[in-house]
Amino acid sequence: MEKLKTRPEHPLEDLLRTDRIPHIWCSGCGIGTAFSSCLMAVKSSGLDPVKTVVVSGIGCSGRAAGYIKLDSYHTTHGRAIPFATGMKLANPDLNVIVFSGDGDLFAIGGNHFIHAARRNIDLTVICVNNLNYGMTGGQAAATTPRRAKTTTSPMGNPETPFNLPLLAYASGASYVARWTILHTRDLTKSIEEAFSRSGFSFIEVLAPCPTGYGRRNKQNPLQTLKLYQEKSVTRHGAHPSEIILDFDRGITLGKFVDQERPTFTECYEDTCRPPLSLVKE
Amino acid sequence: MKPAVLTGEHFFTGDVACAEGALAAGCRFFAGYPITPATEIAEHMASRLPGVGGTYIQMEDEIASMAAIVGASCAGAKSMTATSGPGFSLMMENLGLGICTETPCVVVNVQRAGPSTGLPTLGAQGDMMQARWGSHGHYEIIALAPASPQEIFYQTITAFNLSERYRVPVLVMTDEVVGHLSERVIIPEAGKIRTVSRVRAKGRKDRFKPFQPGPNGVPPMAVAGEGYGIHVTGLTHDEKGYPVMAPEAQAAMMERLVGKIRNNLDDIILTEAYRLEDADVAIVSYGVSARSSLAAVDEARAAGIKAGLLRLITVWPFPEARIRELAGRVKVFVTVELNLGQIHLEVERCAGGKAPAFLVGHAGGTVIPPESIIETLKDI
Repeated sequence: MEKLKTRPEHPLEDLLRTDRIPHIWCSGCGIGTAFSSCLMAVKSSGLDPVKTVVVSGIGCSGRAAGYIKLDSYHTTHGRAIPFATGMKLANPDLNVIVFSGDGDLFAIGGNHFIHAARRNIDLTVICVNNLNYGMTGGQAAATTPRRAKTTTSPMGNPETPFNLPLLAYASGASYVARWTILHTRDLTKSIEEAFSRSGFSFIEVLAPCPTGYGRRNKQNPLQTLKLYQEKSVTRHGAHPSEIILDFDRGITLGKFVDQERPTFTECYEDTCRPPLSLVKE
Repeated sequence: MKPAVLTGEHFFTGDVACAEGALAAGCRFFAGYPITPATEIAEHMASRLPGVGGTYIQMEDEIASMAAIVGASCAGAKSMTATSGPGFSLMMENLGLGICTETPCVVVNVQRAGPSTGLPTLGAQGDMMQARWGSHGHYEIIALAPASPQEIFYQTITAFNLSERYRVPVLVMTDEVVGHLSERVIIPEAGKIRTVSRVRAKGRKDRFKPFQPGPNGVPPMAVAGEGYGIHVTGLTHDEKGYPVMAPEAQAAMMERLVGKIRNNLDDIILTEAYRLEDADVAIVSYGVSARSSLAAVDEARAAGIKAGLLRLITVWPFPEARIRELAGRVKVFVTVELNLGQIHLEVERCAGGKAPAFLVGHAGGTVIPPESIIETLKDI
């Protein structure tokens, strides 16, 4: 009986702000699964929780910062990455995780993403990609598939979506992977791996948004998961320009880039702050 | 290596004096984006910060610059950015984040003529109301308006001190003329410069409430990595920092955000009076325009007009009480500024009809010569 009383209510209880539950995420939403994977990776990777910070932007995924019991910063729309950049540079001892959505990181925040990747700022960026703006009720995003229906593309999306891993790779990210919330073990392992890498790491996580995206595109959450299962092919090392994300043709998953290069901080120290012995008065 | 405080006598532009003031105040993080006429501040910080253990980063735009300095401050650094009108517009979004999350930082606006791209290389004071109301929502802000390179040095230090004390972004609203003007700047010994740092969180980490106010209405601040496990959001929040979507929570948060400034006006507001004791005409001015106004006071006195100058060093919060007090004893107010009437409106409001308020304004691109002020004084 005594043992029962002291048993944690949830295996991740020590990392959750349980006083903030219930969360805002809808039934069938995939963000919670991606969030758990992130928390499990924080635990299993042995990161010092005191030195670990989560920064997010605005949107459903951005609310993750409010549920994690670590120093957590819920910033403005699209600005999680530059905010996190300031944090990391001001205190390089911090492990800075950016957890946010596709609309936040790649539409309004797209410019910040490519520049942080180019600079190789030592951040781990986890992007929950649910193919639309969920918080505002399901509008078209920079990731919405061609012809998909959303509230702002009622006749089908006329635009072409970004290939996020390709964008990350081309911008200079040193670690790039894509998983779905069905592939939780791979995802958790991948996040853990990203934590262990220095430099800009990017993980795209596909997640269903039944309320915003699914119901307008004939996908209930289970059907979306089934598509993840049936259509996904894991191809580690695939060139990001050759990967696909298409519910008919297939979904390429895996770790595409894992190549460390000097981080901004290392380059700054090396270039701007040479050892005192070399400085001439 | 050069020390953080460059004690001695220098011949500096306002922009360089601003950067040196920041370093003397303890600024160790600068994020910026090049823009005339503020670029020299970034350039100077880029060359100086590495040598004093700080970090400079040139961001992709001013939105990112502002986000980065708020982030850096949340991680414990005293941080700053510097810009001009177009960049200042882009900073409004995360300026609001700094206000809502009560994050100390300093934003310098070396004003040029607008709107839009305007006159990039020529001065103006057209962003004064933007400084007050530019970010959405209702708030109180602190804005200073230095009038010389020497004063920029000191006011930048004051800006950091106020920012740290009240946990609010502080704006240094200088202008192109003062920014590019070279004058003598005396930097005292480091030990003689008073610097203030935010009150830090203490006590039990599991019980700490990041937005529970201290005695002056300002909460002690926990920074990232100290083990407090705080949550900070730009959403309306309670003392725990948790979002609360309710009018009561909004009212409580706003009362404190606004109150911490409004209840400490005597500590915040700085003005300087010149020959106001027996004045019939109170000239109200700030920044570069206050320099012309100073000359105009003496010339007016020589011509038999009893003029005096109230120079606003703090523009926001507005020195209302000072204007109201003057309204009871001067016959007329004349506001001198490089715009077509911004602070003038405040002076008129606070004069409350007790004394008429006139404007000597200009759209920008030049300075207002003392003669223009004298002409107006003779006309009224």
